[in-house]
Amino acid sequence: MTEIQTDETVPTEATRTEPVFTPPCDIIETTAGVQMVLDMPGADPDSLEVTLDNRVLRISARSASSEPQGYALVHAEYRDGNYERRFTVSEPIDTAKIEAVFKDGVLRLILPKAAPSPAAKISVKAA
Amino acid sequence: MLHRVENTGRWFDPMRQMRFAQRDMGRLFDNLRLAALPEFPLMNIWTGPDGAVVTAEIPGVAPEDLDIAVHQNTVTLRGSRPAEPLAEDSVIHRQERVTGAFVRNLILPFRVDGDHATAKFRNGVLRLDLPRPEADKPHKITVSRS
Repeated sequence: MTEIQTDETVPTEATRTEPVFTPPCDIIETTAGVQMVLDMPGADPDSLEVTLDNRVLRISARSASSEPQGYALVHAEYRDGNYERRFTVSEPIDTAKIEAVFKDGVLRLILPKAAPSPAAKISVKAA
Repeated sequence: MLHRVENTGRWFDPMRQMRFAQRDMGRLFDNLRLAALPEFPLMNIWTGPDGAVVTAEIPGVAPEDLDIAVHQNTVTLRGSRPAEPLAEDSVIHRQERVTGAFVRNLILPFRVDGDHATAKFRNGVLRLDLPRPEADKPHKITVSRS
């Protein structure tokens, strides 16, 4: 079974003052692969980065401000900011076939499991 | 002997200091409110002389599935966020996203011109432009010297 967990130790800090938010995520595993769905409303698709480095899957995006010109804010429930989240993937993933689709503020990642490498037969030389 | 009126002057009065501290603490805790549970969708509201702009974070909802109604000064936003379709052999490891039907009512301090209200949906953020009717807009009155 695939064990996917967030990296709890995040010692680095952003150089910008904008807050960094953790996008809520659904992770569903099937026999074929792992599907991840992340809510990232307002994220700029051009700034969206998904990297898988050494089993650490990192998702980050910047967001453009939705503030209209000539209006004063009277009620705020969410803030503008950037998104970042990291996951550790334990199952071997076929990195060449990862699919990422960003639509209507939702990022969908499909991580297909790598085919198990065939058992290698090692010939033993008699010495 | 002069009688000192309580609570005045600059002399050191520990009781007065404590009363001040008590008042300050009272103010501090009076302003403390338990935050309401996060609603879906989250909204920001801006107002100006021409009307209001409402933005809402609605990721994963197709714009055509949103139902926005404007009646006088009330704006209603209705919709539903479908749950992820699951295959037979699926195992859910995490489920942090909210799903299901939602509705939010917004009462504005002025009437909204429903014919000129517009809604745009971009990257999961809905932006509603709610202009005031021309007749309702504030008028500037110039003062003339007589």
